[in-house]
Amino acid sequence: MICQRCHKNEATIHITEVSDGEHQENHLCEKCAEANGTVVKNPATINQLLSSLIMAHSGAAELAGMTCPECGISFLEFRQQGLLGCPNDYEVFSEALGDLLVRVHGQDIHHVGKVPARGGSEQKKNIQLLRLQRELATAVEAEQYEKAAKLRDQIKEFEQE
Amino acid sequence: MKLSELAQQSGGWLKSEGPLAGIVVSSRVRLARNLAGYPFLSRCDHQQKLEIQAFLSGQIDSLGTPESLQYINIDEAEELDRQLLVERHLISRQHAQANGGRGMAFSASEKTSVMINEEDHLRLQTLQPGLKLDEAWEEVNQLDDLFEAKLDYAFSSRFGYLTACPTNVGTGIRVSVMLHLPGLKMSGQIEQVTRSAQDMRLAVRGVHGEGTQAAGDFYQVSNQKTLGTSEQQIIEEFKNIVVPQIVDYEKQTREKLLAEHGQFVDDKVFRALGMLQNARTISSEESLGLLSHLRMGVTLERIPDIKLDALNELFLRTQSAHLQQIEGRALSAEERGIKRADYIRQKLSQN
Repeated sequence: MICQRCHKNEATIHITEVSDGEHQENHLCEKCAEANGTVVKNPATINQLLSSLIMAHSGAAELAGMTCPECGISFLEFRQQGLLGCPNDYEVFSEALGDLLVRVHGQDIHHVGKVPARGGSEQKKNIQLLRLQRELATAVEAEQYEKAAKLRDQIKEFEQE
Repeated sequence: MKLSELAQQSGGWLKSEGPLAGIVVSSRVRLARNLAGYPFLSRCDHQQKLEIQAFLSGQIDSLGTPESLQYINIDEAEELDRQLLVERHLISRQHAQANGGRGMAFSASEKTSVMINEEDHLRLQTLQPGLKLDEAWEEVNQLDDLFEAKLDYAFSSRFGYLTACPTNVGTGIRVSVMLHLPGLKMSGQIEQVTRSAQDMRLAVRGVHGEGTQAAGDFYQVSNQKTLGTSEQQIIEEFKNIVVPQIVDYEKQTREKLLAEHGQFVDDKVFRALGMLQNARTISSEESLGLLSHLRMGVTLERIPDIKLDALNELFLRTQSAHLQQIEGRALSAEERGIKRADYIRQKLSQN
């Protein structure tokens, strides 16, 4: 269909106007529609939106098939409901979860908090060491050198134990 | 204790005794935990949920908590009792509404509570009045140790405590502070607070009401980041940076409002007092708004003879389930409006 206004370009915008109960159909090309005062969404943004969707899905497409052997949940199901199926999912989907964890929690996504007493002393020690290292980095960044020196000593002691 | 008795008293965490009590209503710390050897709840069948409920509720009496905990089977609880527990911040709305192996336990002071089979197998919470985050963390940490002595949590050295939703993983900690911010609301600056909070990975939500409109001007500020940081770090940040900043901002705004629009502020405060002293029926939304203005007037010492405690209690006890529990039966919205107005008039005339 050719644009009603310029009679040159292909009409891609179709508008039905209703006034006093009468329908009037207009078929315009994008240029004429804009000149006519009709707001045309920038197709680039739509394309960008689409590609970001596809990008998001191409990653998800590979992962969608991944299923936890223990609880049977697939990554796609997780994305749909927002809840994981079992503790093992963190291992099975660890790579795919990485992005999400970074988005929510920031770049450092290794646990540095409390460790259950039953977790074993080795595990506790490793996590404590990580925490001290993280605190040292923060102290240096904030130019708190006294605090940094103390933390450095603590880390040394810790490593020698 | 019968739950209906709860409605007659004020929670121990609601006493206006804590630091910065005028603006910081309460401090809450919650931990999310799951049992090793079971799937998360979305993948548990009914039988497994009942097993978890029986196992966890079975531990409660022998935990050795400083205050004993009373267990309630949510599935068997009356609708009004469930609602009462929500209004007292002892369980979440979702927990009250769902079904299948759901339980809770709480201490008589209501400072400690436990939810079984909410989003995670176990959620532990402590509430303290005012800004008392260290105490809240210490108590919930001890409670966690007591449970941990009796069971194995799902834990990985890389991701920490494993939770059904990855937004809670790691420490599983949610620190929330309830703030009364009528000044920031009145001056339209609450949006700014919300935005800068987001930059710090914090969430700001209205406590009452839906969406962005917070009836009563109470806001809950809580951490979003739970992984890659320690519990102490989060607490420190709240205690030393986040809360003092917002409190200062609120105080400055109130001072500015008073200095520049003193009559306007007093008008709000005294109109609220007049309405509340004279209304014969009032909706919860209207009473929240008016009580909030009155509370600001009291903390700004514009009204000398009303106690903050009395107001805090009014906020709590004018909620729907409370009115109905006190009355001992279900009430229609119309009846609730009348009872609410009666109770407010009576309480304010005592002061």
